[in-house]
Amino acid sequence: MNTNVTAGDTPAGMNTTRRRLPPELNIFFVLIGIALVFEVLGWIFAGQSFLMNKQRLTIMILQVSVIGIIAIGVTQVIITGGIDLSSGSVVGMTAMIAAGFAQASTWGRVMYPSLTDLPAIIPIGVGLLIGILAGLINGALIAYTRIPPFIATLGMMVSARGVSKWYTKGQPVSGLTDQFSFIGSGIWPVVVFLVVAAVFHIALRYTRYGKFTYAIGANVQAARVSGINVERHLVKVYVVAGMLAGLAGIVTAARAQTAQAGMGVMYELDAIAAAVIGGTSLAGGVGRITGTVIGTVILGVMTSGFTFLRVDAYYQEIIKGAIIVAAVVTDVYRQKKRKV
Amino acid sequence: MISPGTMAAVRASGAVPNSEFLLEAEGVRKAFPGVVALDDVQFKLKRGTVHALMGENGAGKSTLMKILAGIYTPDHGEIRLRGHDIELKSPLDALENGIAMIHQELNLMPFMTVAENIWIRREPKNRFGFVDHGKMRRMTAELFKRLKIDIDPETEVRHLSVASRQMVEIAKAVSYESDVLIMDEPTSALTEREVEHLFEIIRDLRSHGIGIVYITHKMNELFEIADEFSVFRDGKYIGTHASSDVTRDDIIRMMVGREITQMFPKEEVPIGDVVLSVKNLTLKGVFHDVSFDVRAGEILGLAGLVGSGRSNVAETIFGVTPASSGTIEINGKPVDIDSPNTAIRNRMAFLTEDRKDTGCLLILDVLENMQIAVLQDKFVKSGFVQERELSRVCEEMSRKLRVKTPNMYERIENLSGGNQQKVLIGRWLLTNPRILILDEPTRGIDVGAKAEIHRFVTELARDGVAVIMISSELPEVLGMSDRIMVMHEGRATGFLDRAEATQVKVMELAAR
Ligand SMILES: Nc1ncnc2c1ncn2[C@@H]1O[C@H](COP(=O)(O)OP(=O)(O)OP(=O)(O)O)[C@@H](O)[C@H]1O
Ligand SMILES: [Mg+2]
Repeated sequence: MNTNVTAGDTPAGMNTTRRRLPPELNIFFVLIGIALVFEVLGWIFAGQSFLMNKQRLTIMILQVSVIGIIAIGVTQVIITGGIDLSSGSVVGMTAMIAAGFAQASTWGRVMYPSLTDLPAIIPIGVGLLIGILAGLINGALIAYTRIPPFIATLGMMVSARGVSKWYTKGQPVSGLTDQFSFIGSGIWPVVVFLVVAAVFHIALRYTRYGKFTYAIGANVQAARVSGINVERHLVKVYVVAGMLAGLAGIVTAARAQTAQAGMGVMYELDAIAAAVIGGTSLAGGVGRITGTVIGTVILGVMTSGFTFLRVDAYYQEIIKGAIIVAAVVTDVYRQKKRKV
Repeated sequence: MISPGTMAAVRASGAVPNSEFLLEAEGVRKAFPGVVALDDVQFKLKRGTVHALMGENGAGKSTLMKILAGIYTPDHGEIRLRGHDIELKSPLDALENGIAMIHQELNLMPFMTVAENIWIRREPKNRFGFVDHGKMRRMTAELFKRLKIDIDPETEVRHLSVASRQMVEIAKAVSYESDVLIMDEPTSALTEREVEHLFEIIRDLRSHGIGIVYITHKMNELFEIADEFSVFRDGKYIGTHASSDVTRDDIIRMMVGREITQMFPKEEVPIGDVVLSVKNLTLKGVFHDVSFDVRAGEILGLAGLVGSGRSNVAETIFGVTPASSGTIEINGKPVDIDSPNTAIRNRMAFLTEDRKDTGCLLILDVLENMQIAVLQDKFVKSGFVQERELSRVCEEMSRKLRVKTPNMYERIENLSGGNQQKVLIGRWLLTNPRILILDEPTRGIDVGAKAEIHRFVTELARDGVAVIMISSELPEVLGMSDRIMVMHEGRATGFLDRAEATQVKVMELAAR
């Protein structure tokens, strides 16, 4: 427009490589900080290192892998401006139903005597389908009846838990085939978690699916006018979340080599916490998988650290609650600061 | 909490020295990451005057006013109110000192009533400490009566048109009974009639000694209402003059540092076949039996007063609110446009009127905002966005439109209003439409950029795009359109050809 341009004010496009520092960096430092605090406390109170213990770290990461898998789905839901309260119950439901198709004929009380010793792909497929179905119901309710995500997924949370109890009238499903249990053995859950994280990290950043997810969260109206089929996209996102909860259910059952109706209780809250700690904004439009992965590890480090320091489980929960609130407060504060 | 009474009391308490200026700012500097928004600027407002601020998009006008309204703190500089140095810590602080501001973007709560929006955070309370709704209604009615505004205080804001919302914002600002009233582009969404109404209000306030800062990109308004004006360019103060001393061209020269010759570079282009044909389009209770054709290369202007249904017709054609009856044909084939998605698949594009509500993805960056519509069917290979190519195209577009931003990764909400508008225009130009609907395309856009956008539209028409253009600015409609359809209360009241169209004829059809 004219030539005397203020210093630092370059016309668009001249400076395209300058992305801001990834916001995950902050959370990553928080993670390091927390780990170091436990390290110091470890030396003071327990006389040993917290971090230099391979076994402890392995257990820690194994424990949170399942939460992490769910959290990756939940993150996407929250980015659209929604919430998913059903994931924990869907874990329980898929664990039960998948396990029913994964029993070995050698076991005494099998659910479907004619369907024993099936290849692992069958229970896995069934589990994923159940998760997808739950997500489909969530998504369709939210997108087409316009009930708030909180209510729709609360309903699913209660119903899915009901299904998992009704399925065997409360009995556990055990005697799972080695082939099925394999995916829960060793560090396989961690591998599943990281693969899922990588896939959806790429999906959110580099695919149209991802761009639309952020756009909807940023401004539904504008997204709709820009041609996004908002309803269909929301269904997709909830289906992804349901499928990942299903996957988490499969991994949980495989790891425990049994399925119980109470599996996954409260996981939905941990998953939401992992996402929010990782920088996902409950207001929608903001969030990244890398952040959620770090958030998940933070949760793991805290649980592991408290156990290591022999902090009472009750206190652990109280502190965890406080940390979740703190994360949300930080988010709200960030939003506010943005507005000014 | 401020009631009009307390403020009057403060003023009556004698703390009003006889300074020549009501409000002064000097040596003000404000930088944002990557941008110096204001560099050593000054601004002096006299009592009982209307002082216009002029400057290109991104010149720093809104930023300076936000500083005076306590929203931003300057990096340097002094602010004096009635001759006293003052530090404004918050918008509330500014209000308590008698400075109120109407923002460039609308800020009302859609699900609250007009009255609730006006008295928000200072609601009249009854003796139990609850909101006294009766009193609030009466206060609103009184205020509206004084300002001659005809809006029901009990309607929820979401049911109001953008123009009515703007009038509510104006009433709200006036209700603070402040000494300084800042208006940031208040008329960008108003039609002639409301603009006249607003000017009456402004003249009345001015005669009561209130100082008014008035930001606008419209020259004729400057000459009509402003006593003085100051010009800013690229964050620098250029000068202050009396509006009676200068000509339009002087101001433009001060603003852009060069001449702009032709305002509406309308080109006669060969007009082709009918591209879009709308027959008996009806949206119950909103508009009825609207029929028109638009041909390739033609620019059809839609004129009418606020509430005449112009924007509603556009929304319906684009599938935002599907019609209750009537047909839409594209290239002679009937199409059922049930959503914007279908509209885009039929190669339509629609720049909406309210950039904050239905335009910007505020928390996302310029690139993301620009690419979102084109991703429907281009620059995607098996689900993956072709980032490199797409960002190259977006950069080119933003250079072409001269979007002023530090880089493509700046959040769009940090751009000035006019630059946001340019990004949204770019969003739709990228989709390479054959039917382009523009609702207030140059809203908040400075003179230079305006001429440029007009040039773009003309070029598109030359390439055979059928254009529908809604504008509250009659000169724009008259200058750009091949044909004008005038609407009144949800009905098309007449068509005027370019040759026969005049302001008077349009207004006759619009008001009958
Ligand atoms: N919060 C912010 N963060 C970063 N940059 C900002 C912010 N607010 C304004 N800017 C930048 O400061 C400059 C001046 O912006 P400002 O909104 O004051 O312009 P303006 O004169 O009001 O323009 P317009 O006529 O388009 O409304 C612009 O380059 C803009 O990008
Ligand atoms: Mg501005």
